[in-house]
Amino acid sequence: MSKKVLVLSEVREGSLRNVSFEAIAAAKQIADGGEVVGVLLGDAVANLTGPLFEYGADRVVTVEHPHLKQYTSDGYSQALLAVIEQEKPAGIVFGHTANGKDLSPKIASKLQAGLVSDVTTIEGAGDDIVFIRPIYSGKAFEKVKVKDGIVLASIRPNNITPLEKVDGKTGDVSAITVEITNLRTIIKEVVRKSSEGVDLSEAKVVVAGGRGVKSEEGFEPLKELADLLSGAVGASRGACDAEYCDYSLQIGQTGKVVTPDLYIAAGISGAIQHLAGMSNSKVIVAINKDPEANIFKVADYGIVGDLFEVIPLLIEEFKALKVNA
Amino acid sequence: MNIFALIKRTFDTEEKIVVSGGKIQEDGAEFIINPYDEYAIEEAIQVRDAAGGKVTVVTIGGEDAEKQLRTALAMGADEAVLINTEDDLDELDQNAAAYLLAEYLKDKDADLILTGNVAIDGGSGQVGPRVADLLDINFVTTITKLEIDGTSAKIVRDIEGDSEVIETSLPLLVTAQQGLNEPRYPSLPGIMKAKKKPLAELELDDLDIDEDDVEVKIETVDIFLPAQKAAGRILEGDLSAQVKELVNLLHTEAKVV
Repeated sequence: MSKKVLVLSEVREGSLRNVSFEAIAAAKQIADGGEVVGVLLGDAVANLTGPLFEYGADRVVTVEHPHLKQYTSDGYSQALLAVIEQEKPAGIVFGHTANGKDLSPKIASKLQAGLVSDVTTIEGAGDDIVFIRPIYSGKAFEKVKVKDGIVLASIRPNNITPLEKVDGKTGDVSAITVEITNLRTIIKEVVRKSSEGVDLSEAKVVVAGGRGVKSEEGFEPLKELADLLSGAVGASRGACDAEYCDYSLQIGQTGKVVTPDLYIAAGISGAIQHLAGMSNSKVIVAINKDPEANIFKVADYGIVGDLFEVIPLLIEEFKALKVNA
Repeated sequence: MNIFALIKRTFDTEEKIVVSGGKIQEDGAEFIINPYDEYAIEEAIQVRDAAGGKVTVVTIGGEDAEKQLRTALAMGADEAVLINTEDDLDELDQNAAAYLLAEYLKDKDADLILTGNVAIDGGSGQVGPRVADLLDINFVTTITKLEIDGTSAKIVRDIEGDSEVIETSLPLLVTAQQGLNEPRYPSLPGIMKAKKKPLAELELDDLDIDEDDVEVKIETVDIFLPAQKAAGRILEGDLSAQVKELVNLLHTEAKVV
């Protein structure tokens, strides 16, 4: 049975995040022929709606308000609930991002609804929809169904493929006016610690360093390789604990979970907690001096060697590949 | 201050997961307090030590969860509460769990409620925000710093690597992110004292809840292990030859660059 499904889009630094397009694809599956409505909340977002149509949204609804310039659960929930009241959807898809994780449970609570979080695959369509998600830090997976009522889901970035982009596709955009009041949490300051460029959880390529990197400077060759491959730099907990890098780079059971196309683990032994954060990467390359290192058990390709010798060689080879391509 | 820490009993992080008949096998597994909830307990204790008051640790579980509650008491919490639904309910989801916790908390005049931002088994991170919504109190997720001054709170929130400095007020629910603090190990004197601290067990009746009031909205229909990866290849030859081969394989075979 076809359903109307809303997609909560996310904006970062003036443009739509990829996960918004992935969410549209997910919504299409749930909608099973029904309407997919992109929802855009913010301060001045009317000019950002184009790509939502290009990636498959049938219609877009915006709510603009100065109090939506920064995400707050009070502000965004007021705005989204107003859209929900108008649209009466049968489903809503969020990105499982920092703000998505904050907002989606509050909306689920307000709607007294089930919410399936951190979905990596969707099977079936419409009423038969089954959500697949990792549990126990990815050591296992579960299949989940919503018993009845509105279907809420948040999708893990980089796992659901967006629909093919149709350049120039447009559609109807309508705006709702909402009074956004009583923000009980005030954001005083935002400190950007993550480097500009690729976001770790959305990166297609991750170059990660472990204790073998030995120092803060040791990360330089990894950064160079990551930049060359348009990827992001990550780290094991060991490297962060040793203060070779900031904790914001940590990948693992108590850090970020990433699912890039290519994960290069340099000087990382591969403790089970680290694997939990990256084992679902499409292709894993391990570089480690120790041939017995656990990381080689999950790697598709391994080089036993000193990362400080191997990484510069890799940089040269990738540069040559780029030139020849 | 009335401070509550909501915690969950989870598998140890080292545990290998065994699945049989679509369910997780628990025999022989080691259990711990969800690591993110440990940050919550530690922070609760620190806030109490600075501002005065009482820390109550709450969990939903069976009798086995008493062990984790005693550990929290040994760390320094004052009282523990076990909400035991094993006899009354066959299943629980986040909607139901949040409902139970909110029903318990609603008349407790909580000033501050802390919990981990996510449980390492379920991995959904929903219960904290849901409880805050049911209680209609302020909440901030994934915090790495908390300063309480009277009824004002200054918080640092981690958002995918960036930090937000947030001001808000009590009553407040926060969910803990790694880096909030370093949870203490229970001391021997702490462990001895914990045996005498109050640990109350409540069932649905004690909360004035009927089975039918508890709504479970989602259900797990299967659990499975990820497909075994085919064994990888360790390259051979001199280093520069290996690197050339690797780049070639990544380009032509794996097709990821």
